[in-house]
Amino acid sequence: MSNPTNRSYTAEHEWVLVEGDVATIGITAYAAEKLGDVVFVDLPKVGTSTTYMKICGEIESTKSVGELYAPLDGEVVEINDVVVSAPETVNTDPFGAGWLIKVKFTTLPELMTAEEYAALTGEG
Amino acid sequence: MPQTPLHAEHARLGASFTDFGGWDMPVRYSSDLAEHEAVRTNAGVFDISHMAEIFVQGEESAAFLDYSLVGQASLIENGKAKYSLICNADGGIIDDLIVYRLEDESFLVIANAGNRDAVVTALKSRAETLGFSGVEDKSDDFALLAIQGPNATKILQGITDTDLTKLPYYSVGAGIVSGVEAYLCRTGYTGEDGFEVLFSATDAIKVFNALIEAGAIPCGLASRDTLRLEAGMPLYGHELNLEVNPYEAGFGKVVRLDRVDFVGRSALAELSGRTPTRKLVGLVGEGKRAARADYPLFADSESTVQIGIITSGALSPTLGYPVAMGYLETDLSELGNTVSVDIRGTRLPMTIVKLPFYKRSK
Repeated sequence: MSNPTNRSYTAEHEWVLVEGDVATIGITAYAAEKLGDVVFVDLPKVGTSTTYMKICGEIESTKSVGELYAPLDGEVVEINDVVVSAPETVNTDPFGAGWLIKVKFTTLPELMTAEEYAALTGEG
Repeated sequence: MPQTPLHAEHARLGASFTDFGGWDMPVRYSSDLAEHEAVRTNAGVFDISHMAEIFVQGEESAAFLDYSLVGQASLIENGKAKYSLICNADGGIIDDLIVYRLEDESFLVIANAGNRDAVVTALKSRAETLGFSGVEDKSDDFALLAIQGPNATKILQGITDTDLTKLPYYSVGAGIVSGVEAYLCRTGYTGEDGFEVLFSATDAIKVFNALIEAGAIPCGLASRDTLRLEAGMPLYGHELNLEVNPYEAGFGKVVRLDRVDFVGRSALAELSGRTPTRKLVGLVGEGKRAARADYPLFADSESTVQIGIITSGALSPTLGYPVAMGYLETDLSELGNTVSVDIRGTRLPMTIVKLPFYKRSK
């Protein structure tokens, strides 16, 4: 699956879609495929502060545990209840319905473009 | 990294690969859960050609195996198989393996891929001690496929003339599969009925594709691991290792002490007379968070004194709750007892249950 170009990426395989001062965050298709079938998602509570590149959640597959690194400083304003009740959504639609959290931020760190991320994962 | 003769076929089928026992093996083709489910409800085929095939042949072959393993190979009837262990002089487990008696003076030993060198070295050194020369590591010459699941018999029967109803659990017979000479073994590592079929590596692609065409779903090692875990079967490097003895691992029955000398006998005889300090147990949890290998166990949620360790664990795909195996101090290992596991900083309760977690309906 190709990485949508309307968003930014981290080396920890998250994508960040910015709309105004809110960033929607998920994991990439590459990360979802590497994890395998996602069976449990542990997300931060609404209101939690996030710190750039600090762990703020976990994504578990039958085989392993993936950590969710906050791609920016901010405050969690919404979490995706769909992936909490149906974790497989992370696999079926990682860039869409499988989003994880929305974070309100003041400044954006420097993130990767879709092209740079594809180069990192060897998909480019 | 070594590959099986089916590596290109796996890649063609879209497999992701992982290092297992030093081999580049298919971890999944599409979905771990779908492959797990296929084996529980239909039939899956696993490429397990990475495993070691060691032939032991000659007049003294039974006596040699009796000396080399903790079980008594000489008591295995022709065409039957037996689970066994090879231990060192201290009673530590070098590997777990299955011994198949092909003929009076011909045995096949299937060992784990990662232990191939250790097992072959131990067997050859024991052969030298006895002046026996019939040990031959033929792992590179063979492909091994496991066909597992309630429909395994039907699928395999479609491509072999061997009457599979005459091949009961833990037996072996020579036959033709998809036009290829093979040994058909009714054994497996999934908790389902099924077969392991051994044949020349040069025919690997032909037989593999014939099985898939006949309806077997290609399955990777990720599903194999959750299947064997649900079935309460040990994995070397997790439940078993050189520091573990058979009594701790719950395999005391596999050790036959009532006979002439074998490697590890005096150490095992002494261990058998004592209560082991730790025991392998089955554990179940609540919710969806799995306890995984190496997570520490405590007596309760407050305690900071470690009393055990998880060796394997996953959210059971079949049962829907976390299951795990692990070692616990013996006096805390009673069935029904609840302990506390540290899951990356969160303490969760787990209850000791009887293994296996899953048993197929017959």
